[in-house]
Amino acid sequence: MIGYILRRVLAVIPVLLIVAVFVFLLLRLTPGDPAAIIAGDQATPAQLERIREAMGLNDPIPVQFATWVGQLARGDLGTSLISNQPVSNLIAARIGPTISIALLTILMSVALAVPMGVLAAWRHGKWVDYLVMTFSVLGFSIPVFVIGYLFILLFSIELGWFPVQGFTPISAGLGPFLHKAFLPALTLTTIYVALIARMTRANMLEVLGEDYIRTARAKGAPERQVLFRHALRNAAVPILTVIGTGFALLIGGVVVTESVFNIPGIGRLTVDAVLARDYPVIQAMILLTAGIYVLVNLLIDLSYTLFDPRIRY
Amino acid sequence: MTLTFRPARLAAAALIASTALTGAAWAETTITAVMHSGLRVLDPVITTAHITRNHAYMIYDVLLAQDSNFQPQPQMADWTVSDDKLTYTFTLRDGLVFHDGAPVTAADAVASLNRWGQKDAAGQVIFDRTASLEATDDKTITWTLTEPFPPMLDVLSKQSALPPFIMPARVAETSADEAITDYTGSGPFRFVEAEFQPGLSVTYEKFDDYVPRDEPADWMAGGKVVNVDRVVWSAIPDIQTAVNALSGGEIDYIEQMQVDLIPLLEGDPNVVVEVREPTGMMTMVRPNFLHPPFDNQEVRQAALKAVSQEPVLAAMIGNPEYYTICGAILGCGTPLGSEAGTETLTGGGGADAAREQLTAAGYDGTPVVIMQPTDMVALVNQPVVVAQALRDAGFTVELQPMDWQTLVTRRASQAAPSEGGWNMFITNWMVPEISNPIGNPMLNGRGDDAWFGWPTDETAEALKEEYIDATTPEEQKAVAERIQAHGIDNVLLIPLGQYTLPQARRSNLEGMLNSPVPVFWNVSKPES
Repeated sequence: MIGYILRRVLAVIPVLLIVAVFVFLLLRLTPGDPAAIIAGDQATPAQLERIREAMGLNDPIPVQFATWVGQLARGDLGTSLISNQPVSNLIAARIGPTISIALLTILMSVALAVPMGVLAAWRHGKWVDYLVMTFSVLGFSIPVFVIGYLFILLFSIELGWFPVQGFTPISAGLGPFLHKAFLPALTLTTIYVALIARMTRANMLEVLGEDYIRTARAKGAPERQVLFRHALRNAAVPILTVIGTGFALLIGGVVVTESVFNIPGIGRLTVDAVLARDYPVIQAMILLTAGIYVLVNLLIDLSYTLFDPRIRY
Repeated sequence: MTLTFRPARLAAAALIASTALTGAAWAETTITAVMHSGLRVLDPVITTAHITRNHAYMIYDVLLAQDSNFQPQPQMADWTVSDDKLTYTFTLRDGLVFHDGAPVTAADAVASLNRWGQKDAAGQVIFDRTASLEATDDKTITWTLTEPFPPMLDVLSKQSALPPFIMPARVAETSADEAITDYTGSGPFRFVEAEFQPGLSVTYEKFDDYVPRDEPADWMAGGKVVNVDRVVWSAIPDIQTAVNALSGGEIDYIEQMQVDLIPLLEGDPNVVVEVREPTGMMTMVRPNFLHPPFDNQEVRQAALKAVSQEPVLAAMIGNPEYYTICGAILGCGTPLGSEAGTETLTGGGGADAAREQLTAAGYDGTPVVIMQPTDMVALVNQPVVVAQALRDAGFTVELQPMDWQTLVTRRASQAAPSEGGWNMFITNWMVPEISNPIGNPMLNGRGDDAWFGWPTDETAEALKEEYIDATTPEEQKAVAERIQAHGIDNVLLIPLGQYTLPQARRSNLEGMLNSPVPVFWNVSKPES
């Protein structure tokens, strides 16, 4: 197991290197000029040229790449071209809100979706099943910003229960954190509940038709035990995969939700950096996202062993 | 199966109760404002971005400032002018100190002016005529010119694009092409660097040692009296969210309201929507003089005749209450504004006349490449309307959608439109920053050294020299009218009209100034 983990962790290095080369080249091939963003609308071409020179944007691309890789090797993600702040500081300030909203969303989603999926499969073809499926289709189909605005209208403006926008870190207390994080997490939960509930239902339906379920029922096992101990455990592997991928997606940044609720997360950081062609920030964010995906996939793979003893590494 | 909602109710009640408790400890007076964009660049010399200039007005001070009549007034310094109009002597007032406690000296002002003069277009004109600029003593700045420059005080007091902010000499010695990293100012607010999050949030604290002038605040001039402890600029990217937050009392101020969202706030007794700066913004077309078909003056004139401002502004703003038909290159509502020569633009367009002129000019159907920035709400609609007006007049038009970053890169290209260049783009300006011929970028006729579009226009340059030499407001106005006539005749730009974006504030925010730059001195926030 430890050897497997080590091999998987080491495999991250070539993946990130390939990503780094692609990202770097793609960004340099994309039209755009960070100097123009900095200088503003009235700068003359000569002034822009001087700023480009001072920022090192006129260096040959191989030189720029070597400089960047050298910085990465030293653990330095570089400095934002636009704000002149260390990229690591920018990411550190933004990743907390994103991770905490993502965790809350996944917690709420799993807590709601798994029982819903189990219930729908158990009552397959009945009104409960239709209700869960209708909710799932709606969750998938309604754009997230519409759901966000509807929740704001209901819970913030009409009922006044939650603030419209903003974020309070969990370090300020669980209450203040939840007060601001609940609505954005609930908004994202509608999508992930739909996704996970459908996956749970589909896999439970498959498992509930298996011989060992019939056997469990025949020997008089209580229905709850049949559902959650025998069926759900065997249906868990694909559900875990969906949950893990969903978490990685959330960490990668949910810019629409972050915009609607004014959350200072890394989704907004990435989009702002792309619009301003802030190369060091974009590069760091893509590397970070790639790293998170690899790590989450590793954790998902390892978690399979908890549910399926046949899986060994 | 029985369902109960009790746990959910309890959880909601707990959440609400816990936050109510945390809010009770807040005692300082804080204004939370949503500005037109997030602040990222902190150096007001390296960029012309308005948000950086607005930030600079918070933490820096200026020698002179304009009042609501566009007249220069003393701010940090009084001045005298020698009889031969060659020597300006500025004397710093008492009590000026930087945020680190050091006194503001004439040497600081000289270093700051020198750095500013390397970047600002009008500042460069002054420095071209400068014999010497020196600190005669700790409080006296002596600026000697080689020839009289009557608009000297207008330039030094202007609020756009680059006002000459005063920094400590050690900061002002930074190269003008590199961003400063020390944000010590002497303005009425202090920048809280530890709380700065680029693009998200910037915090200012009242600078207790700031000594305001005695005169009442007027536009950018007068006493900068701070009545609150802190001002926080919070960037909310979604204007609908900002409107909801204002309505809910979570923020106090929105600098730029989207006109179509105003009805959402109209019935709210706690919110005031108002226009604070009536001159507002100008939107305009810039043609490229280097390539066909707009290298031909007659074709440019045909394009100008083809366009009508009304449909452009209607598409852009919608509500006529917030836009003004105006053909003045130097802006309507300004001392020099004149609308001569723009009758078709302001009178509904002249497609027939445009078509005739286009035929007479021998237009061969060369496609007109118009760049359309689809990610800029303030610029996305005008190109569509202008393109259709040109098509109606017989132009072949290629409207090319792109993001703003691609546009600003591409507009710097002097290549032919078929090889990555362009024929037209549209942009917006604050009216005060284009209201003076010296600082108006579109009137720069120095070919490759001119602003994007690169007209070579000796007449425009000569007229600007005449303006510089004009000594009275009447003479200046007369030259400005000729500049207007020439600018329209040569189609240095096609003015598309003026508009204002209303601001919205909580009704308990009192004393906000009518000024072209949103400022937070003079403002108080009594408990409502």
